[in-house]
Amino acid sequence: MSETRTGAQIMCEALIREGVEVMFGIPGGAIMPFYYAMWEYRDKLRHVLCRHEQGAGHAAEGYARATGRIGVCIGTSGPGVTNLVTPIADAMMDSTPLLAICGQVGSHVLGKDAFQETDITGITMPITKHNYLVKDPNDLAYVFKEAIHIATTGRPGPVLIDITKDAMQKSVVPRWDQKLNLPGYKPTYAPNRKQVREALKLLLSAKKPLILAGNGVIMAGAAEELRAFAEKLRVPVITTLHGIGSFPEEHPLALGMPGMHGWVHVNRAIQECDVLFNIGGRFDDRVTGKASTFAPHARVIHVDIDPSEIGKNVKVTVPIVGDARLTLQALLEEMPEREALAELHAHASDWMEHIRELQEKHQGKQQYVNRAQTERMALPPHDVYDKLNRALAQRGRYRVVTDVGQHQMWAAQLLDWNAGPRTHITSGGAATMGFSVPAALGVAIAHPNDTIWVVCGDGGFQMTNQEMATIVQEGIKNIKIAVINNGYLGMVRQWQELFEQKRYSGTPLSGPDFAKLAEAYYWKGLTVEHSDEVQAAIDEAYATDGPVLIDFRVEREVNVFPMVPQNTSIGDMITEAPAS
Amino acid sequence: MKTHTIVLLVQDRPGVLSRVAGLVRRRGYNIQSLAVGHSEQPGISRMTIVVESDHVEQVVKQLYRLIEVIKVSDVTDDPTVEREMVVVKLHAPAGVRHEIVSMCGVFDAKIVDVGTNTMIVEMTGTPAKVENFIEVVRPYGLKEMMRTGRIAMVRGARGHNAGEYVESANGAVVPALN
Repeated sequence: MSETRTGAQIMCEALIREGVEVMFGIPGGAIMPFYYAMWEYRDKLRHVLCRHEQGAGHAAEGYARATGRIGVCIGTSGPGVTNLVTPIADAMMDSTPLLAICGQVGSHVLGKDAFQETDITGITMPITKHNYLVKDPNDLAYVFKEAIHIATTGRPGPVLIDITKDAMQKSVVPRWDQKLNLPGYKPTYAPNRKQVREALKLLLSAKKPLILAGNGVIMAGAAEELRAFAEKLRVPVITTLHGIGSFPEEHPLALGMPGMHGWVHVNRAIQECDVLFNIGGRFDDRVTGKASTFAPHARVIHVDIDPSEIGKNVKVTVPIVGDARLTLQALLEEMPEREALAELHAHASDWMEHIRELQEKHQGKQQYVNRAQTERMALPPHDVYDKLNRALAQRGRYRVVTDVGQHQMWAAQLLDWNAGPRTHITSGGAATMGFSVPAALGVAIAHPNDTIWVVCGDGGFQMTNQEMATIVQEGIKNIKIAVINNGYLGMVRQWQELFEQKRYSGTPLSGPDFAKLAEAYYWKGLTVEHSDEVQAAIDEAYATDGPVLIDFRVEREVNVFPMVPQNTSIGDMITEAPAS
Repeated sequence: MKTHTIVLLVQDRPGVLSRVAGLVRRRGYNIQSLAVGHSEQPGISRMTIVVESDHVEQVVKQLYRLIEVIKVSDVTDDPTVEREMVVVKLHAPAGVRHEIVSMCGVFDAKIVDVGTNTMIVEMTGTPAKVENFIEVVRPYGLKEMMRTGRIAMVRGARGHNAGEYVESANGAVVPALN
């Protein structure tokens, strides 16, 4: 019992006690004692050596988002940890439970500009849920317990622990029995019942009700409850970018995605609705457009586990602080008898009919591309999504990891999202280009039996594709990458085309031959330049027992429509490029 | 913009001051004054910050997101006792010392040091009274001045303790400001 351990051994044992199985990182001077200890625990703690700490951070995020468990990344002091800053900020924006473990210079030289010293707790203070500097090995057992508790509870988020080298080297007797002492941290899970009844009363009085489901539903594991709730009320459901997967799109009550690149009928429905029930979404400006014009007729019910999100962007009539799952359960428990719902059902049915008419008028999933133009294209991006969509539906369990930009919006719009929570993984709030390839590494490790599709642009791909080597070294075979390669930073180019008189400043982008690059990494690399080659390439990707990259050289200047120009009302969407 | 007085109860851990200041800074608000010290409970400090802002509710809510922040109250419109201390070093040659001494009497200020040509005076009062005192002594030649920043305590039985937050936060709609 009273056996001593080095600080580094305590770190390993603390992680194992918290159920951590895999970590992504890169060693270096200050973190070496941790790697020394890790060797003894390698049967229980798998270490994945990444090629860049940003990759390690995104891989840990991918793992966390695909499982709901904590993702762990490691960097050494100085540049090692500053390279982790981007994934930490990304995890903060998208509420991902992430633990960043950093080596720090010895405590005797702390603050003296020692070799590879950076004040990483200072740097990450505004982009972490919490962070620690540990100088005493006696603190390690407690700090790791508290850090993982904070990262994974309430509104999840990134937590960083910076440990001085000597704290990892010194031996002490660890104390594992310490109780958490967090008087200022008591997340509210159970909703206030009175508010729950208020919310139901408001919903029952609605003529045009809408449910908006966000990331909170997925993180709380509330997809089933959401479905039961929507079906009971017969109220249509819209899903934000991070809400994708919380409600199947094939469901008769599903409407799709709102916001900047949402569907016209969804945004119109928001602008017309009289009661908007937002569960687990934070009314991001990409959803609301100009907030003062958002949902002008709606009384808003906002359910969020983070009280500071309520009333931040949109005025709320019924605020509910709570966990999405517990809140939906409470709503279902408080649900009145069927007769009391009859009036709502009648209104909701008329309302749904109206929305479907709007949809009929504005949609047809590919209608937003000028067809005549499309037919002249060798490879319109939409054809790639069409074929990929069919393959996904037919070929077993899958998860899709997207990057940031046009391809990401097309994936959200054009693929049918019916595979449930945690099957759509993307960087939303921070919109970090370069997220997808390393994140897929984490997703693939978490779900070795699923096919993990990466859909990314040629811009983002060129930021972090070095992790293709990590994927090979780890023997991961279930990752397939589709590069939607248009030779531009496409989303910026689209804005330049639509709002800046086609001044393509800094957006044309060249790259290597991606298929050859893939081959150099011992992947299979394929190139597709015509629509009629798409299917064969996807088939080959599935037939190959190993990682495959397909370079889809799509038509260069295609836009994502519909679109709400920044800071305008979501009621005014652009559905095609103005004639030039 | 309105000036708000916010009182916080925080865990006494390294970096907590930096976290609170950083959160206010992030919104681009200027902290007019900040005072921090131990509270009646061991391990817990009480902080008073004075900040100019039109959207202070949001700042208060976000301060609650900080793990080490236990309770936050905007006491601007509450009945409070507010105090600030100023220490001034005045140019005080023999000829004006009597005048300064009698002035200090009016303000209940204390002379804490007398040099050949200087005096150090300590004065405590409401922020308005402190301002007033400074204006009155300035003409003598204000060589140095230090102010502690405002501290504020709500009058009467209603307290601002760690225990109350725990109760009010459970099931509360938003963190109740008392």
